[in-house]
Amino acid sequence: MDYFLELLLGGLTRGSIYALIALGYTMVYGIIELINFAHGEIYMIGAFTALIVASVLTMNGMTGISVLILASVVAVLYSAAYGFTVEKIAYKPLRQAPRLSPLISAIGMSIFLQNYVLLAQTSDYLPFPNLIPVLPFMEPYSQLMGSTELVIVLTTTVVTVILTLFIKFTKIGKAMRATAQDRSMAMLTGVNVNRVISNTFIIGSALAAIGGVLIASHVGRINFYIGFIAGIKAFTAAVLGGIGSIPGAVLGGLVLGWTESFATGYVSSDYEDVFAFCLLVLILIFRPAGLLGRSTAQKV
Amino acid sequence: MDSVLEVNGTTMDFGGLRALHAVDLQVRQGEIVALIGPNGAGKTTFFNCVTGIYDPTEGDIFISPPGGKRRRINGIKINRAAELGMARTFQNVRLFPNMTVLENVMIGRHCRAKAGVLGAIFRGWDTRREEQEIVDHSYEILVKIGLADQVDELAKNLPYGAQRRLEIARAMATEPFLLLLDEPAAGMNPRETEALEELIVQIRDEEKISILMIEHDMKIVMSISDRIFVLDYGEKIAEGTPAEIRENPVVIKAYLGEDVNA
Amino acid sequence: MKALSEFKKALIISLWFMLLTFPIMVIRVNTIEKVVEWRWRNMAFIGIGSFLLSFVWRYLLGRKEKGRKLAEAGSVEARPFSRRLLDEPRIYRPALAAVTLFAVAFPFLFSSYQTNIMTTALMYVMLGLGLNIVVGLAGLLDLGYVAFYAVGAYSYALLNHHFGLGFWAILPVGALLGVLFGILLGFPVLRLRGDYLAIVTLGFGEIIRLILENWNEFSFGPSGIANIPRPGLFGIQMSLNEATIYLYFLMIALCLFTIFVVNRLQDSRIGRAWIALREDEVACQAMGIDKTKTKLTAFALGATWAGMVGVIFAAKTTFINPASFTFLESAMILSIVVLGGMGSIIGVILGAFILILTPEYLRAFSNYRMLLFGTTMVLMMVFRPQGIVTNVRRIYKFRARGRDGEPSQA
Repeated sequence: MDYFLELLLGGLTRGSIYALIALGYTMVYGIIELINFAHGEIYMIGAFTALIVASVLTMNGMTGISVLILASVVAVLYSAAYGFTVEKIAYKPLRQAPRLSPLISAIGMSIFLQNYVLLAQTSDYLPFPNLIPVLPFMEPYSQLMGSTELVIVLTTTVVTVILTLFIKFTKIGKAMRATAQDRSMAMLTGVNVNRVISNTFIIGSALAAIGGVLIASHVGRINFYIGFIAGIKAFTAAVLGGIGSIPGAVLGGLVLGWTESFATGYVSSDYEDVFAFCLLVLILIFRPAGLLGRSTAQKV
Repeated sequence: MDSVLEVNGTTMDFGGLRALHAVDLQVRQGEIVALIGPNGAGKTTFFNCVTGIYDPTEGDIFISPPGGKRRRINGIKINRAAELGMARTFQNVRLFPNMTVLENVMIGRHCRAKAGVLGAIFRGWDTRREEQEIVDHSYEILVKIGLADQVDELAKNLPYGAQRRLEIARAMATEPFLLLLDEPAAGMNPRETEALEELIVQIRDEEKISILMIEHDMKIVMSISDRIFVLDYGEKIAEGTPAEIRENPVVIKAYLGEDVNA
Repeated sequence: MKALSEFKKALIISLWFMLLTFPIMVIRVNTIEKVVEWRWRNMAFIGIGSFLLSFVWRYLLGRKEKGRKLAEAGSVEARPFSRRLLDEPRIYRPALAAVTLFAVAFPFLFSSYQTNIMTTALMYVMLGLGLNIVVGLAGLLDLGYVAFYAVGAYSYALLNHHFGLGFWAILPVGALLGVLFGILLGFPVLRLRGDYLAIVTLGFGEIIRLILENWNEFSFGPSGIANIPRPGLFGIQMSLNEATIYLYFLMIALCLFTIFVVNRLQDSRIGRAWIALREDEVACQAMGIDKTKTKLTAFALGATWAGMVGVIFAAKTTFINPASFTFLESAMILSIVVLGGMGSIIGVILGAFILILTPEYLRAFSNYRMLLFGTTMVLMMVFRPQGIVTNVRRIYKFRARGRDGEPSQA
């Protein structure tokens, strides 16, 4: 029973991270129907930025929670800037192009960013300091769930709630929803579609950076390649929940997290990534609209 | 009795939306039938049901090709519909933009040829002959349609009116017994429309192809149709000869609205 | 005034990129020795580079926009370079002769190291031509193409290991297994939309690699399989150098074979159906083309070549492991197709040579290999989606109007 609980909580942590990254995929897809392949790399860059900032700060004698906060803030800002720039370079010129063009461009961008970090930093794994402080009240439960894991789950919850409220009630959020529904109609009613798309990339990238800082603390090491697998898995989560839907992304993330956790726990840990890929393939083939998505009629 | 297309009580639902409601329609051999109605009346949905793009929720669609057996075709595959002899054009022109005019028509011949992968690689005598037949036949159609001068032009470089004609040529290449034209005159200037009118009649008379067309241009509808069906909000509200439809008060009210005399 | 505002724009862009790349490009931390390295020089490079590139970027965008407007206005496009080349036998005949001579003489003029590199480039030509069927002609973005390559390589390695079968026996087997896997993997994905198809094929590619990595009893896991024999020639003993040259000519022959077959496929009823499917799926079906069958043929015929090249790869390196079959390999082949021009045979050949040989011969570039591939994909999509060589459509000859009695080109 303890083992089961351990896997359940492990899956929850994992799933929360997937959900955070999946939100970025789902938002971008909802608005411009593009699988932003480079999203995983934005998350990786977020983790790297946080590591660099945290290292510089600790070497200059700073300690404690302020390192976490500063590193996270810088990582979020930088990831957002990268997301914004990537969109301007690789996707904006391709608004009118056939569907496959921006997708190929996105794959190119993803490879570019991976190798940019590889060349400018290192190809080795870098140890990532756990920036999240140990919470004393979690001490008795540390067998089941550490402080880091608790922070991860709580952060995801808070971020999702804020994001949902933001999209529902703010002006930017409303413009985003309008653009997602019908881009040309939104444009006619005075929505600046280019700005909406930029905003979407900025928000999605910022969320990815939060995910990057959290998971790097959780796993304890990073390299330039972490974005690829994380990206695919988060995309799986987004599709699983129904791409374009925010609660769907969270649900998808959790389902994927639990699937992986239980499958590796009870079946075999060798095939950890295979489970995610199989889930992805099965979902796309049998229920491409996802768990919460609606299928739309083909327009002729 | 000699209907080539017979649609009985066809209903099409999309989720909660009823796009077609119990529509009946017949096209007889050698007829030009027009399907008219305001925007959103369900005309294109009707075409999509007949050509296998949608599977109607209720009702039956029968075809009886001349010299062939009568059969029910609800929910057949799209390509099967073409094989059985129903060819269509699209409301918003759907050519193969980066292929030449001739190649576009040659695609229409695809389902009447049979060369496979091995034939393509070894290019034996019968494959060559078949290819030549495809090329020659396609060219003949283009001559009839009046696009013979532009055979090697890319389809995307044609003027709009010519693109619409090319779509008809491509559809004719499949050797249909029934040609479904979705707003063939849309976007054409009066001269082009007149030529189109002649072309449609010519296709019917010389090729013995029956025609069902959706059209908004009342001039062409009234002058060449043998019968007209009127749809409104997914329901058939009238059918009859052009003269009958012109006098039909229900049509005038529903379709033309208040601006009858405008 | 305009020049000034252009200058200001470039300055802002340059500052933006200096700021953006600051943590990654300038700072490098060594967490073990606790030292921070500040590389301010990089910042200067980025600043100057992005300042200059922003002009090029905007110039090219402007040019593209102008070209589009001209096309919309209905003015006739200039004949693409490739068409002019094909229309002019006085240019292409000597060129072809020169290329042939060079190809034949190459292994005797250069070292076996160089010959090896050329052989690799030729392998990518073949892979590119194969993927070109799927992506370029049929318009199906297959991101798991490397899976078929792996199938070919492992079929040779394993069948040789267990049953002692030789290269020539396996080469057709590799091709057939490619077809089989193409159909097997192709079948479930055919209903999917373009971008979902891309992701699912990517998933399949990774699943196959992960299985090879973890199923030790079957594939010997990450340590791979060594001592795979080189291709034989009637049992003649060959020195390493001779074997290299032999493999080179073998690859030339196979490439010619591939070009021949792909060219014929492209100019056939099936090839036209692929292109029509790429151009407009619904219209294509409405013309009586069976979508499923057409897509499956494309998948299967594309996979054939990867299966064959896989066998050759195993024979060339004499050692294989799953690390050779990652997604990056698929991406590399894809960028060859994208650079060359989707659907263009000459383009794909050029693309393969450019992308494989540049990092090999310009040593300065060798570390930037993948960077080059990524950049290629983005730039080509933004500025020249049709590739470096525009695919020309064939001109057909018909009986009704004989084209000046010229023999129809095959």
